[in-house]
Amino acid sequence: MSFQGTEKYVATRALQVAVNAAVSLQKPLLIKGEPGTGKTLLAYEVATALGKTLYSWNIKSTTFAQQGLYEYDAVARLRDSQLGGEDINNLEHYIKKGKLWEAFEADEQVVLLIDEIDKADIEFPNDLLYELDKMEFYCYELKRVIKAKHRPIIIITSNNEKELPDAFLRRCFFHYISFPDRETMKQIVDVHYPKLEETLISNSLSIFYGIRDVKALKKKPSTSELIDWIKLLLVGKVSGDLLEDFKTNTEVPPFIGALLKNEQDTGLYEALRNKTKRPY
Amino acid sequence: MFLDFFLYLKQNKLPVTITEYLTLLEALDKDVVEYDTTDFYYLSKTVFVKNEIFLDRFDVLFGQYFKDVSAIGAELFALIPEDWLKNQLDREFSDEEKAKIEALGGLEKLLDRLKELFEEQKERHQGGNKWIGTGGTSPFGNNGYNPEGIKIGNNKSGGNKSAVKIWEDREFQNYDDDLELNTRNIKMALRRLRILTREGVEDELDLEGTIQETSRNAGLLDIKMQATKKNKVKVLLLLDVGGSMDEHVELCSELFSAAKYQFKNIEHLYFHNCIYETLWKDNERRGDRISTWEVLHKYNNDWKIIIVGDASMATYELTSARGSIEHYNEESGLSWLHKMSGHFPNLVWLNPTTSGYWQYTQSIKIIRDWTENRMFPLTISGITQAMKCLKNSKVRNEN
Repeated sequence: MSFQGTEKYVATRALQVAVNAAVSLQKPLLIKGEPGTGKTLLAYEVATALGKTLYSWNIKSTTFAQQGLYEYDAVARLRDSQLGGEDINNLEHYIKKGKLWEAFEADEQVVLLIDEIDKADIEFPNDLLYELDKMEFYCYELKRVIKAKHRPIIIITSNNEKELPDAFLRRCFFHYISFPDRETMKQIVDVHYPKLEETLISNSLSIFYGIRDVKALKKKPSTSELIDWIKLLLVGKVSGDLLEDFKTNTEVPPFIGALLKNEQDTGLYEALRNKTKRPY
Repeated sequence: MFLDFFLYLKQNKLPVTITEYLTLLEALDKDVVEYDTTDFYYLSKTVFVKNEIFLDRFDVLFGQYFKDVSAIGAELFALIPEDWLKNQLDREFSDEEKAKIEALGGLEKLLDRLKELFEEQKERHQGGNKWIGTGGTSPFGNNGYNPEGIKIGNNKSGGNKSAVKIWEDREFQNYDDDLELNTRNIKMALRRLRILTREGVEDELDLEGTIQETSRNAGLLDIKMQATKKNKVKVLLLLDVGGSMDEHVELCSELFSAAKYQFKNIEHLYFHNCIYETLWKDNERRGDRISTWEVLHKYNNDWKIIIVGDASMATYELTSARGSIEHYNEESGLSWLHKMSGHFPNLVWLNPTTSGYWQYTQSIKIIRDWTENRMFPLTISGITQAMKCLKNSKVRNEN
């Protein structure tokens, strides 16, 4: 049982090794990389490839580590105590299980995605050290230890907004998804659009990498944007030969808005295309 | 056999720990990767490197170490378990080829012969028909014994780069920003300045209050709510622009963007060399001025003041009235500074120039004395210290 990418997801050898190492050593895998390089998607694809259920925990700036374990609804219990509700002594009623608890409790090994861990407070990863290491935690209200039946495969993504603490990193495997080179990118496009004409692929890739080469861009287009753009080209019935012209002439290629997401970048790119036209 | 490699990484300042070394061994033990140098490279990278800024250093060290190792090739080769080679061979050869190998006397013999050859051959060799590198039915055809090392019987599928090429590519060079200050680190340092207060919408259960009120209510539930804690620190950033500050402009803009992100209540104003009777609202220092008196009145003493400047100027710009190089100032710079420090108890001065040179510049000395040792270098540790100082006025820069 090893991960080798899927029909829809091209994984480099380095990524495969990282995933397989994390799976067989049962340690969390931390994935970093530029936006749009398929970090989150990886968890979904690993789950599909290994035939496992996926639990996804999306972190926001307001998320606390405790919420991943469980939440105890004290207010509801107080209310019930006043109204004489049933089961007032059954604490389990008032405990809302978090994603980690659900993943620990599952009857078979599952994939747990902790998405964008860097969005949360700076102490967040530290609060999960023990839980991720030992795959168990103590529920104070129920006075019992919740232990994973099967250690889940944990995939953590980070966008680098905040640095993660060393103690946390020590417990993880780490992989940095670098931006795919032309060859890999071609494979990725092939996976998404199997029957694309050759000229369209090569010309769109040339234009795409041409844009990425512009150093001053605020936001470089990424893989997912390229995929969207090619889709637009297909819908707009832009042929590969037509794109060929855009490699040399000064006009901006069609649907450029799919690749460049802010007006300064678009302006800059247009100016660069027109450079040759200028009289000086 | 990888202990040396681990120590080599450690010696060269790659932050690795014993736990990680054990993890690597465990991974090898569990056959996570097939016996192949490229995969070993990927595996050790994923185990040892935990931050992309170290990826480049790892690539360099890996390359260096395994280049060194190739120099003692034969000895190392003796250490390679035979299983590795067999495993590789099993993968690489078709049944027909295996049959041929059998005809040559079986795998064992072939491996013996290979080792024999290693004893004789001390250098990298390509081509020829005796040494390793022959090609044909010999599995040792592709690269011989070179830094690709154990990867005998190279991957024939093509398209994959050879391992050595991958780490020699050093594609992560750009991420290696080592000691350089970046906004992320600055944000981390600035985070120390947090003053948590409860303000705004009451959306959290106040357990203490609820218990108290409920008991007072003779057991009838009376729920009390309270606002969540938020960082309410107020920061006024004063930046020196122009002249000698130009060389520090990048650093200052990083600090600025980090601070903008980190503090909700942040105001910024600009000055040149020293604070006089007016400050500017834009860094071009045209138009929009605000009088320093107004600043002193507008911002009460809750505000924390962070002044960023190199404090390098002629002493008369500080000490004399009419000393400013730009305009006719009625009062000396220092007297304005004293007005500031009198009004704002919490202030620090961040200086982008190297702290080792501070003692040689007279004006820095004067300003340092004015800040009462609250001048800190504009480095991560300097900022961290400065933030501590803003929270606790006893903290000083004693160096």
